[in-house]
Amino acid sequence: MIWGIDLLILLLVVICAFATITIKDLLSAAIVFGVYSFLMCLLWAEMGAVDVAFMEATVGAGVSTILFIGAILHTSRRSKD
Amino acid sequence: MKLLQERIKHSKFGESIIIETTIRIMVPFIQLFGLYVIVHGHYSPGGGFQGGVILGASFILIGLGYDFKTSLTRMKEKTNIILGNLGALIFTGVALLCALMGGLFLDYSVLDKLIPLGAIEWRSFGIFLVEVGVGLAVMSIMVSLFWDICSGGDLDEGL
Repeated sequence: MIWGIDLLILLLVVICAFATITIKDLLSAAIVFGVYSFLMCLLWAEMGAVDVAFMEATVGAGVSTILFIGAILHTSRRSKD
Repeated sequence: MKLLQERIKHSKFGESIIIETTIRIMVPFIQLFGLYVIVHGHYSPGGGFQGGVILGASFILIGLGYDFKTSLTRMKEKTNIILGNLGALIFTGVALLCALMGGLFLDYSVLDKLIPLGAIEWRSFGIFLVEVGVGLAVMSIMVSLFWDICSGGDLDEGL
């Protein structure tokens, strides 16, 4: 554990989390959420939990981002009612 | 986003030769890596779940790069269902076999009475069998999640 890298990744994680919940565009929010997942993966790997980091990289940054994009493509920009 | 939906409707999505060639070259190596993660799950980080997700991601990549029909020809829906159920059956079958042979649920060492390899070897090999089952089930679930979400559930056209 190197506290400099740890602090840097934690700062980026917090920035990405705030960006995800404040961005209005859904597609951008999904992409930023993928970035958040990958930064969490880096944080797990840096803390020594390689198995959890593997899980986060495959499920969080890989598949769930694609599932979010696939769900967003079925929505429209303005609500109908 | 509106533009993206119109391009999908006119099915001009994913006809780039660069993307298709890249995916055609990359997918066998991704699947090989997924098999490696499953098989080496008890020596190194990884295991059935992660390897299954990587195997499923290779089929999702085919569906993303080509169109939806091509991903259904590479991996049929019926095959997908059979593989997923086979994975769940392998997991519960190995576990129940341990219980039927007189041990606890998922206690692989009693399988030594069936095929004499030694109790310690059976503990290692039993984890491998269970992880193959988990990997098959997770791969099937990931691919069918992608299909159902992208096509709205009716599996005729999608992303």
